[in-house]
Amino acid sequence: MSAPERDWAAFVTNTDDGKAHMDLAVDGITCAACMYEIERGLQKLDGVEKARVNLSSHRLSVDWDEEKTNPSPIVDMLQKLGYKAYPFDPAQVKSRGDAVGKEILRALAVSGFAAMNIMLLSISVWSGNASDIDHETRAFFHWISALIALPTVVYSGRIFFRSAYMAIKTSRLNMDVPITIGVLLATGLSVWQTISEAEHAYFDSAVMLLFFLLVGRYCDHLMRRKTRSFAENLATLKAESAAKIQDDGSTLDVPLSKLAVGDRVLVRAGERISVDGRIATGTSEVDQSLVTGETLLQAVGEGDLVYAGTMNTYGVLEIEVTAAAKGTLLDEVNKLLETAMEGRSKYVHIADRASQLYAPVVHAAALLTLIGWIMLGMAWQPALVIAISVLIITCPCALGLAIPAVQVVASGLFFNERVLLNAGDAIERLASVDTIVFDKTGTLTLPEASLSQEHGLSAEQLELAGRLALSSSHPLSQAIARATGAQQSLPDAKELAGKGVEAQIDGVQVKLGSPAFCGVSEEQLAQAKEQHPDASFVAFQMGDEAAHLLPVGQFMREGAVETIQKLKDAGFAIEILSGDHAGAVKHAADLLDVESWKAGLKPQDKIDRIEELKAQGKKVLMVGDGLNDAPSLAAANVSISPVSAVHVSQAAADAVFLGDSLAPVMSALIISQKARWVMNQNLAISVIYNLIAVPFAVLGFVTPLVAALAMSGSSIIVTLNAVRLRMIAGTSSQPSQEA
Amino acid sequence: MEVLIYLIPVALVLGGAGLVAFLWSLRAGQYDDMEGPKWRILDDGDLQENSTPVEAAKRKAS
Repeated sequence: MSAPERDWAAFVTNTDDGKAHMDLAVDGITCAACMYEIERGLQKLDGVEKARVNLSSHRLSVDWDEEKTNPSPIVDMLQKLGYKAYPFDPAQVKSRGDAVGKEILRALAVSGFAAMNIMLLSISVWSGNASDIDHETRAFFHWISALIALPTVVYSGRIFFRSAYMAIKTSRLNMDVPITIGVLLATGLSVWQTISEAEHAYFDSAVMLLFFLLVGRYCDHLMRRKTRSFAENLATLKAESAAKIQDDGSTLDVPLSKLAVGDRVLVRAGERISVDGRIATGTSEVDQSLVTGETLLQAVGEGDLVYAGTMNTYGVLEIEVTAAAKGTLLDEVNKLLETAMEGRSKYVHIADRASQLYAPVVHAAALLTLIGWIMLGMAWQPALVIAISVLIITCPCALGLAIPAVQVVASGLFFNERVLLNAGDAIERLASVDTIVFDKTGTLTLPEASLSQEHGLSAEQLELAGRLALSSSHPLSQAIARATGAQQSLPDAKELAGKGVEAQIDGVQVKLGSPAFCGVSEEQLAQAKEQHPDASFVAFQMGDEAAHLLPVGQFMREGAVETIQKLKDAGFAIEILSGDHAGAVKHAADLLDVESWKAGLKPQDKIDRIEELKAQGKKVLMVGDGLNDAPSLAAANVSISPVSAVHVSQAAADAVFLGDSLAPVMSALIISQKARWVMNQNLAISVIYNLIAVPFAVLGFVTPLVAALAMSGSSIIVTLNAVRLRMIAGTSSQPSQEA
Repeated sequence: MEVLIYLIPVALVLGGAGLVAFLWSLRAGQYDDMEGPKWRILDDGDLQENSTPVEAAKRKAS
């Protein structure tokens, strides 16, 4: 069966000058040499106008002349060079333009420009005030400052104004509300001072405040963008497309977004099913481990429902696409997920909690200052100036940088440990975890089946079994082929669908396949199952000899035992919640020495258990990968998924770890605890700064010069303190890097 | 102090030119890839044969 034609039109867009354009995610770019190799290789093709690899995002952008070539030779060339590439579905790529990041960066550039120019004028005024500046010159300088500052506040400040407006509209209080009040009051006061030709104007404070806060905002954005672009590459490389059966019977590979309910798709043996649907024709066994956590294969036939993410083993299936039909597993998961997500949004970030305490205190202080000075007999205008200067100097400049700066440094450390963050506040939530709940299938165990070490074959037999396995597309056979490292299939091997493979070697018949196919007795099978309750069995038989049973299954991840042990030593409570049958879960729990486990759980049961733990005051970290884990990932205080997880789970998780080892879970916890320590330090620094600055402001000693020094000083201190995290976390997390 | 009438606009125009240059480079995608360009300068694939100074000197000597 040949691969279906691919529908390229869905991936190609046109550039302004009439060339065709496509973006591809490329797997296997490890260094700059790969970049040259790909670009040269593609440029040699006739009709390719431009090929450029982005080394930071591992993406390739190609422009070509549609009259001369088409995408097929381009992808073929990449394949020939040894890179797996898959085009982005333009409908799904959101981060390509990165509109949000560019908006922040433009606002940052404008405020930086304005801050520098206004500071130039302000310093002249300050030194002039100390010596012999005349009234006209000072007024002139203030007017020019106003001319620069007003458009800047409108342009660069709208990012904060918008978010503050949204917060107030939903009657919440976030950090942007005091920022907006501070900036607007500082600007308004300065305009008034300028008109009344007063000695001081605070334009520099207002604009510098915006500049520092935008730096913090951009850091925050940068961290999330990195994760998102990485996740998009992964999703694309998983090639989430389907072979759609067209009216004339031919198949066409289309991206999932182009499928409609009622379309029919073809799923060949050994392929992952990418849609939810009902089987129209064909029978097979499907591996549902990614969806329900169940490790035993399930037989399906005409009319049965299958879910996206399950693996088709041997039969060819024609599936009719259904929407998330009522009562199906996916429907249930989606409903649970929605509820869990609502609960999640109730969490208040440290920064917002700080601002909820901070804003009333500061605003009350300013109000008391105003009332106090008026009662002491001061006119209301100068009293108002002093009150506003209290607000300006306490404007949460350091507070706005305190958390994002630490988050950026920490996310860099996470990245070194192969953990990608989905949410910036995941760090704070990870730091408070005391209970860890693991899913079993695909999380504690590897997502792909592999051959157990206790197979009982000689090296010669093993090689033969591996070579036989190469001729079959059944996932269990493929696991055996991978484990033996077999390269060459046997010349006359025949695959009997649903049974196995057989071949003749020097007149002896060798067979590899289902236990029944090789004549294994029920007793022998039952005995083997007792030994390996978490495995499926493939039988291997040479001639008339008794058949061997090869246990194939999803075995422990590398470092799982050590990581669990370390986590227990560190005082975390560990629990396993699995959708798999009790025997397999008990086996895994015994291996890992975990006492508390539950098997055969439905998504709702997992949530119930997590809610129960939360009700006991525990802070729960959920680590899971399956579709059935998605709602509990969202329900837990914080969650991590392996990179092999289904899309829904990855989206619900706060962080994703790469690779086959479980060690990153431990490193993530260590780093986040240190990061929270530094965050608290930064908040303390901001508070101390305010404790010192506010009395001066209340007494009316704060001039624009003092405000500028205090503001930039405190911002730089919290940033430097955040960078210090790299040193304290870098040294002590070494051992886990080796693991 | 009349000199300020010229100097301040000059300062603003120069600063503004820098700002415009930055906004242009942002729009032109100069910051899209922060990793690749530093390696590209080491790539000699675009050179003609014998065109590096060392090679030219060798050719002269022989």
